[in-house]
Amino acid sequence: MRDWLGRPRFSTREEAVLASMRATGPAYYALVGALVAVIGWGLIAYAVQLRHGLGVTGLRDNFMWGVYITNFVFFIGVSHVGALMSAILRLTGAEWRRPITRMAEAITFASLLMGALMPFVDMGRPDRILNLILHGRLQSPILWDMLSITTYLTGSTLFLFVPMIPDIALLRDHFKDGPAWRHRLYTVLALGWRDTAGQRHRLETVMAVLAVLIIPIAISVHTVVSWIMAMTLRAGWNSTIFGPYFVSGALFSGAAAVVTAMAAFRWAYHLEDYITERHFKRMGYLVITLGVIYAYFTFNEYWTPLYKLAEHERGYLAAVFSGPFAPLFWFTQIAGLLLPLLLLTLPTISWVSRLQEIKLLRPRPALAAAGAAAGVLIFTSAAGAPTAGLGDGAIVRALPWVLTVVAAWLFASFLPVFRKHPIASAVVASLLINVGAWVKRFVIIVPTLQYPFLPIQRAPAGWAFYHPSWVEWSITAAAVAGFILIYILFSKLFPIVSIWETRAEGEAVHAGTP
Amino acid sequence: MLSRRSFLKVFAGMAAATPLAGGAALFRRWRAGLGSRGAPALVAAPGVDRTLVHLADVPARDGDATIAYAASPPAPAAAGLAQRRWVMVIDLARCDGCRECTRACSAMHFAPAGQEWIRVYEMRDNDAAAPYWLPRPCMHCDNAPCVKVCPVSATWKRADGIVMQDTSRCIGCRFCIAACPYGARSFNWVEPPAAQPGRGAAYDEAWNQVHRKGTTEKCIFCPGLLNEGRLPACATACPMGAVYFGDQAEDAATNSQGETVRLSALIQQNAGYRLMEELGTEPRVYYLPPRKRAYPAPPQGGGHAVIPGGHR
Repeated sequence: MRDWLGRPRFSTREEAVLASMRATGPAYYALVGALVAVIGWGLIAYAVQLRHGLGVTGLRDNFMWGVYITNFVFFIGVSHVGALMSAILRLTGAEWRRPITRMAEAITFASLLMGALMPFVDMGRPDRILNLILHGRLQSPILWDMLSITTYLTGSTLFLFVPMIPDIALLRDHFKDGPAWRHRLYTVLALGWRDTAGQRHRLETVMAVLAVLIIPIAISVHTVVSWIMAMTLRAGWNSTIFGPYFVSGALFSGAAAVVTAMAAFRWAYHLEDYITERHFKRMGYLVITLGVIYAYFTFNEYWTPLYKLAEHERGYLAAVFSGPFAPLFWFTQIAGLLLPLLLLTLPTISWVSRLQEIKLLRPRPALAAAGAAAGVLIFTSAAGAPTAGLGDGAIVRALPWVLTVVAAWLFASFLPVFRKHPIASAVVASLLINVGAWVKRFVIIVPTLQYPFLPIQRAPAGWAFYHPSWVEWSITAAAVAGFILIYILFSKLFPIVSIWETRAEGEAVHAGTP
Repeated sequence: MLSRRSFLKVFAGMAAATPLAGGAALFRRWRAGLGSRGAPALVAAPGVDRTLVHLADVPARDGDATIAYAASPPAPAAAGLAQRRWVMVIDLARCDGCRECTRACSAMHFAPAGQEWIRVYEMRDNDAAAPYWLPRPCMHCDNAPCVKVCPVSATWKRADGIVMQDTSRCIGCRFCIAACPYGARSFNWVEPPAAQPGRGAAYDEAWNQVHRKGTTEKCIFCPGLLNEGRLPACATACPMGAVYFGDQAEDAATNSQGETVRLSALIQQNAGYRLMEELGTEPRVYYLPPRKRAYPAPPQGGGHAVIPGGHR
């Protein structure tokens, strides 16, 4: 790669990366437009909240935290993947990581920005934000959050930027199309990179130091995030394992987010030569490992209070396992953990293909059943649910079970199909994991608030339950859209695959000399 | 030149040394608050920044006087009355659940609709036990979970034991609400009604009659009334004389019937207890058990009334 000081040739796959930055089709603009629209709507919702106060949310005295803090924990969790992929895999010499490290670091950057925004959205008096600096008290975990998140944001931005310098220099030298500001940006950001031996040595040193530093910082971030709950006395939050429990959940959801991003960029930017099935397989193993660790912590977290059934723990445990929050909890355990791990292990399970020998487990009858169920559902809701002859609430009460059975049937029928398409099944698994991760954080936060030490009594009408409002959902949607927008804008400005690092993989790069 | 291997060695050494040194320093500081009951409580300072408040009559031990825990209280009413140790005693045997305390409190502080700074709960400890009423003001804990977590000193501990709240500084993070095990804190979710005419037209944290959107509020033991030598509004209003208020240093407590009794005797002879003692919050509110009650019990298993107010 020395000789790209002269007149370098890019390999076909490098051309594909560069083309992804150049070619911006209508689909891209449509996506950006849609994301901007969602963000705009979220800003309107936030303006409403600023004008009328947090009363426009579903939050109340007993439910002082809700969707915003769920988003906070979720996004900060997803951000952990940067440290995992770039630092841990770098230090352990996992060479296959090279084409996907930058995707992971960009996820860290984008989701940290969104996560760090959430506590401010949640604040009753954002106008007094400076009080945190003027009157900040170090013994408050909020200050720990502030310090560790800003440190991690700085560290991971550096960690995104520093390994990008050689690529930026390459863009500076060879990416002449596009507006002039772009070239100037690359010139400034390349920091005068000339690929000398001294520069390379310094770069490697900085990257090694960053890789070592970023791991404890990342762990500290999610540990103190969990402590905003674990430092209280509330049953369900008052737990000594919240730190590692949250860190393991964070790595799990972040690794799954990388799988989704890998598939999305591979498909949209034609990166098949960089991101192969091998990478999905490796990432699959990583996600499985992290998922098993997370399952272990989850089991620990619930089994110990469940065994003892101390008085104050009973409320939220019953609510989570068989009460109002049970559908959400079991969704996270089955659809958010068990099924994704099954989907990711599919390629190694040989009996799955024999499932199709069972007639009922072929896709068609299952699809027909799902269609029929949907039809009945639409018909009953259109006819007005409690009409005579439908047994009043019986159908509504049986609904979750019916849906579960139909979903299980569909899933079993499609297992052999998934087995034939490992990438598709990895994407489905990782999306399930991320939806499950969000719901899990909700289930950690809200049921505990439903069962405080003193029972909820004399609450004003509608205050005894938490129903997130349209404002909270709009701002949540805007945060997700903001995350995606930052991510795809980044991918247009900088190569989403590290060109110089993948050259070091030893593949035939230079097709010829000029 | 530093090779990768030796760099890692040096770094590992540093990484191990830093928390050890920091931990040792922290332990020295926190030692003050652990152990014996008479040890100084971990509370914020009375005017002097970064010092311990000694609520029990235990002299400071050498070297333990400074602690990073303390806050710098914001306002003149911050320090409290140095010679006082305010305590409330609620005789559950006398409480008949009339909620005059709640009404008097709300009237005195113009508490926004939907908030009850002293809330009367209908309690029943187990199936064999009789139901009883439980008025719950702020417990003004000596090891206050809310004071610990407040990021901006908007809530702090006065030398006379009162946990104060300054809504002009509160940033509305609601961490204190999450931390309080007694549910004693309320939040102004929407714009509260405009300031009432009279004493509280300008914000005075000792009276807390002016309310602000996006901030947390709670019972503050009516320091304004205490300064005038009067009982808190709830104690005065209780028709049963169930709410005693007094000073631990003076060892005296008074109720609305004009009974003034020895505080220590009142607690000791009536098996006084504190709510959720096991949490270690060291509340400054004592309860006398609901023994030989002279009023009808709360309705068993009855639905709890929904209070008026509260935005949707």
